Amino acid sequence: MSMAILIAIPIFSVLIILQTALVSRIHLLQGTADLVLLTVIAWALQKRVQTAWHWGIIAGLLISFVSGLPFFIHLITYLAAVGIALLLRQRVWQVPILAMFVTIVLSTLLMHALSLIGLRINGAPIPVFQAFNTITLPSLLLNILVGIPIYALLTELANVLYPEEIEV
Amino acid sequence: MKKSPSRTLQTVVLSLVVIGVIALALGGYLTPITRFVISPLVSAQTWISTRVLAIQNYLDAPQDLARLRQRNLELESEVSRLQAEVIELKQQITETRVLEALVDFARVNPENRYVAAKVIGRDPSPFLQYVLINRGSDDGLRRGMPVVTQQGLVGRVAAVTANAARVQLITDAGSNVNVKLEPSRAQAVLQGDVTGELSLDMIPQSAEVQIGDLVLTSGLGGNFPADILVGQVTSVRSRDTDLAQTASVQPSEDFSQLEILLVITNFRPIDTSPLIPEESAP
Repeated sequence: MSMAILIAIPIFSVLIILQTALVSRIHLLQGTADLVLLTVIAWALQKRVQTAWHWGIIAGLLISFVSGLPFFIHLITYLAAVGIALLLRQRVWQVPILAMFVTIVLSTLLMHALSLIGLRINGAPIPVFQAFNTITLPSLLLNILVGIPIYALLTELANVLYPEEIEV
Repeated sequence: MKKSPSRTLQTVVLSLVVIGVIALALGGYLTPITRFVISPLVSAQTWISTRVLAIQNYLDAPQDLARLRQRNLELESEVSRLQAEVIELKQQITETRVLEALVDFARVNPENRYVAAKVIGRDPSPFLQYVLINRGSDDGLRRGMPVVTQQGLVGRVAAVTANAARVQLITDAGSNVNVKLEPSRAQAVLQGDVTGELSLDMIPQSAEVQIGDLVLTSGLGGNFPADILVGQVTSVRSRDTDLAQTASVQPSEDFSQLEILLVITNFRPIDTSPLIPEESAP
């Protein structure tokens, strides 16, 4: 278990480098994919994973160090994403990819709503409908597209870290 | 022992015949004969030689093939290495050109001290127009320092670590810059937007603003030095019922292509908050 927690630090460090150096430059209108959020969700949806909350906290703290958004926004969103994912893992465990999509949609909406609120409190006059059309909807689409390969990769990683027990 | 006369005569005749044949050959008189004699010999030689070479090639082929494959691999890796070198050199040329332009800019504005920094990333949030640069407090950077390129104003340092910093671009929705318009010299406030566009607000109704007017920093508020180019006015919206005019601005810098920036390190933003009178309690 401690191995599964420790490995989160290098994984999220690499993901944050990729996110800032590459993914944030690839725009659809003004929207971008969120690799870190997708990884947190995909990890939380894996069957035998017990470190989802830890990964959410590590991801939230690491990305808050890089982002200009108030730190609690990432942390709250990632923990909420883990919560939603774990809830859906129990309810719709037979269709994990569906649970992935639902969690992506809800988490992205939550992240953007909190970002809007946080930035407006800080005095940035962001028009809500314009932000929804030019940032949130394109980001949702990108997250759903990028979420599929990330889910496949994280499934492989979970199989390595949490191998299935076979009864002899 | 004495040579017999017949033998001497035989030698002389033979010598004369040889000399005669050589003379005829040198004179070209024997060519048709030699061609007639040599031609079938050459054909036979060619035929034999071709077969011998074919057999030799067949026997040597596996060895040659392995050597050729090895050589091919070596050449392919050499080509890859050279291609990578070409790409690297092209990047260096581009970087040098940018640096050259920045040096020119620094020469034109000698009153400022600059630290050049490379853009290493963008903020992960799509709501924010921030870039990350590879210089920090170890290089003398402080929060609030203005950031420019040879094209004009880029933004200001928003957060600093030991060897990296976050720069808030002027296109960020939370960015406000006090500017003036040239030639009308009207004062205005430049605001960013989530879409990355720039707009001017608070332009006095009395000001005559034209499309194409230059937008420069005014220096008011103490956040930026004066007279740094920001962009050009592209459209003006003026209604009699409004308190002020508004305008759209085309930035002088392409913010999606930022590579190398200059941080003005000898400019310290002035904190004007103590000068603003507090609302007196009743």
